Amino acid sequence: MLQQRSIQSSLSLRDKILSFDYILIFSILVLGIISMFAMYSTDGGEFKYHTNSHILRFFVFFGMFLVISLIQIRFWHETSYIIYFVIFLLLLGVKYFGLTSSGSQRWLNLYFMNLQPSELMKIGLILFLAKYYHRISIENINSFKHLVLPVTVLIGPVILVATQPDLGTSILIASGGIVVAWLAGVRAKFFIYSCIAMIALLPIAISFLKPYQKSRILTFLNPERDPLGAGYQIIQSKIAIGSGGLFGKGFLNGSQSYLDYLPEKHTDFIFTLFSEEFGFFGSLFILLLYALIISRIVRIGNMTRSNFGKLYCYSFATAFFIYVVVNMMMVLGLLPIVGSPLPIMSYGGSSMLSIMFGLGIVMSCKIYKDVPVN
Amino acid sequence: MLSPGSGNTVIKSKLISRRMFLITAAKAVVMVGLVGRLISLQINQATKYKSLSDKNRFREWKLAPERGAIKDFFNREIASNEPLYQVHLIPENAKDLDNLFVRLKAILNITDNRVSFLKRKIRKQKPWEPVIVSENLSWPDFSRLNLFLHELQGVEPIVSVARTYPDNSSAHILGYVSQISAKDLQTKEYLKELSVPGMAVGKTGLERKLDEQIIGKVGYQRYEVNAFGKRIREIKIDAGQAGKSFKTTLDYEVQKYTAELLKDKAAAVCVMDVYNGDIVSLVSSPTFEPNQFVHGLDKKYWNSLIKNEKKPLANKALSGLYPPGSTIKTLVALSALENKIVRPLDTFRCKGKIELYGEKFHCWEKEGHGIVNLRKGIQRSCDVYFYEIARKLGVDRLSETAKKFGLGKKVLSDFIEERSGVVPNTKWKKKFIGQNWYLGETLHSGIGQGYFQSTPLQLCLMTAQIANGGFEIKPRIIFDSKNDYLRDYLKFKNENPNQPLPTDLLVANFNLKPLFKNQEHINLIKDAMFSSSNEPGGTSYRHRFENPKFTFAGKTGSSQIKRFTEEQREAEVKQESLPYKDRDHALFVAFAPYKNPQYAISVLVEHGGSGGKTAAPIAKKVIKKVLERHELRVSANNLIGESV
Repeated sequence: MLQQRSIQSSLSLRDKILSFDYILIFSILVLGIISMFAMYSTDGGEFKYHTNSHILRFFVFFGMFLVISLIQIRFWHETSYIIYFVIFLLLLGVKYFGLTSSGSQRWLNLYFMNLQPSELMKIGLILFLAKYYHRISIENINSFKHLVLPVTVLIGPVILVATQPDLGTSILIASGGIVVAWLAGVRAKFFIYSCIAMIALLPIAISFLKPYQKSRILTFLNPERDPLGAGYQIIQSKIAIGSGGLFGKGFLNGSQSYLDYLPEKHTDFIFTLFSEEFGFFGSLFILLLYALIISRIVRIGNMTRSNFGKLYCYSFATAFFIYVVVNMMMVLGLLPIVGSPLPIMSYGGSSMLSIMFGLGIVMSCKIYKDVPVN
Repeated sequence: MLSPGSGNTVIKSKLISRRMFLITAAKAVVMVGLVGRLISLQINQATKYKSLSDKNRFREWKLAPERGAIKDFFNREIASNEPLYQVHLIPENAKDLDNLFVRLKAILNITDNRVSFLKRKIRKQKPWEPVIVSENLSWPDFSRLNLFLHELQGVEPIVSVARTYPDNSSAHILGYVSQISAKDLQTKEYLKELSVPGMAVGKTGLERKLDEQIIGKVGYQRYEVNAFGKRIREIKIDAGQAGKSFKTTLDYEVQKYTAELLKDKAAAVCVMDVYNGDIVSLVSSPTFEPNQFVHGLDKKYWNSLIKNEKKPLANKALSGLYPPGSTIKTLVALSALENKIVRPLDTFRCKGKIELYGEKFHCWEKEGHGIVNLRKGIQRSCDVYFYEIARKLGVDRLSETAKKFGLGKKVLSDFIEERSGVVPNTKWKKKFIGQNWYLGETLHSGIGQGYFQSTPLQLCLMTAQIANGGFEIKPRIIFDSKNDYLRDYLKFKNENPNQPLPTDLLVANFNLKPLFKNQEHINLIKDAMFSSSNEPGGTSYRHRFENPKFTFAGKTGSSQIKRFTEEQREAEVKQESLPYKDRDHALFVAFAPYKNPQYAISVLVEHGGSGGKTAAPIAKKVIKKVLERHELRVSANNLIGESV
């Protein structure tokens, strides 16, 4: 064991770079470049603020991703709890010092960027729980005593984020945590009980919903309820995607977006814009690209020997999948508009940061796949 | 590796992989679902969403086409177009409507009433449908608005064209245009596709009759607009097509002259070419100002029109129904001759009245006309003579002749205001009143009273058809250089004076339909009319022309409103001393020149008293005016003939 560890830890930089998953890196780069073109289109075919800052962020965080990859997986394992608590503190900070924009308090002003800690918490929670379930023995997983901590670390940030209010992100954070617990072997019946409890609590939860959140849910159920108000986004998004047809309207020719019919086109609706301009085949290409990225992450999880690595990679892949699917279902009119960015494609520093951070740890799992974490 | 811990790790790792497999399977299902949704939206429903996207993207503004002009016989425009400055407002482009109206009020001088009306209208319609803030701005107002335009988002200055009429002399026959109404849209098929805000449609008269052709084709501007309704760029413009212009048979100079003559009277005049039925003049009085209708009528003006007892809005020449009075005597005499009831020289003695089953029938001449034959009967308009022949003729034979000469049916087509009048007979009475016919009523019919109802235009047509020798003509108001058969016939007749033409040959060679059995009868009537106007004792002798160029032959008439009581008759109450509403309508029909008839005229003056006194002098003046312009008219016609 000792020997093994020394072999692994003495990997030269060249060895590390050679053991990168190049297909994953290539997919991320392709997606990043596509996102730049999409952003260029949202700016009306000019290099304006969104495009420039998106390009800059992509490359900065892509660099960060490479640097994180090179750091030992053991380090990430050891610092998991700390990372979670730092992010949790940032979330608390948001509550007291956060910036408020369009009615919700989500951001911390870091002067060079506005950080959205809730985005980081998506990764932080997965890290925490991956470590937690890595450490406890299989017999204890379903004991009540060992459920208290995971539930607490999950509920804490979820409530903080939900009260910002940011229902979408809090659901996504929770889903990431639940996935780890499920993978670690928590019994299905536990999830079923929680589910029943949730449904029982639903009426109370609804009473806490802000009017706009209620209206979004109602509107999702029937977009024609208010075609010029809350249903507008869903309708316009469907029109944009549908009118793209097989081959799309062509780059920079998405009339729905450049005539401003499309809301939030830089962020949540970036896929709509792309889909309008590049049609069914373009959309399919993006889907396949995401599928490729996810399958590469799962593959790394398969290779990794440590359960921490496995849990982390599988959970991250699944969470990543959920982010993509929730966003797409939302713009395709299959889910209510909850405000969730499309990983890598959407404009937004915190989202990019957290995804690249998460991917960096995945890549670190790949490089140190044979290193035990403890 | 053999430690329980590592075994634990392996079991755990297996558990994780197993659960991951389940998740992966779920992912695959979701992915398939997403692709399915993409297929549904982008392939199956692509057409639907493409059209929705275009509907978003493009917005069309319709452009009202220019209405075709209406010209008189000499190509003078009697209904034309003028530039019009308007202010439209597209509510969805305005940021703050209340604020905007405050600004507009300061610039444009609009009333609070108008503002609240507009606000109500905006609430009712779609936000991108323009409303018209100001119909008709003066140029200074319009240019001031343009100066402030940058701060008036949503406001659109529009330069368009609007109907204009040189004066109101032809208001009735031309009709008027006014804003399209909901009822118009429902009833007129052609308007449905060209609904443009503020477009004027013909409501009465020629404007209505010709509306479908004169209105033109709507143009449109198609713009690409962004989500806020702002126009990004023009995609397509179609200027539309101006409506077709029409030339009429009217003579604007005569219209003006006649309208001036009739001023302040409730009256109507029709002048018709006796050979081709061209309506040279058709004036109703009092008139109204058609230009007032174009831009939304002033309520006060409308009320003054509605309340005026002389009914300025009614076209009396087309829709006024009056008993024809003595003017019908020409037809009664003709009918009697044709039916061999009476010979021209058969005489009756007029003692001022006759008695029939105890009822007295008076002649207008209390003392009686003495011995009266047909010519004198018409000349003096002796009622007793016509009682006698009507009694022998019977109402059914009379009505047959009257119908043949154009009474009881519409003269023109497609004038909604035109009415057909009544030519009574026994069947008619049974059907519409449900009673049997009384002989006394035949006597009343014989002097054009009782159930008889006719329009001045019908009387004009009747006279024209007598004047032209008894041939049917089809009156027309839209110019048509063809169908001048009767003139061809006359030309032939002048060149071959001794060649008699049997009736069937007339039909075959000249497409003429004679209304007589024996043309000699027509000539007898014309001669009697001549005597009525030009021989001492004639009812319109005082208003004759000595100059043979203008000499006309006419027949007076007065249609009773209220029956004279015996007391009034005894007291010899004059028409002038009766209250206005009780006075007789004065009628006069004539044709001129007598020797070579060209035009027929009918004049009606409501409550004018006797035809000889009030209607004949008007006819005399109009006849002179029309005949003075005859040469001009003929040469204008020839010019057209050459150019064709």
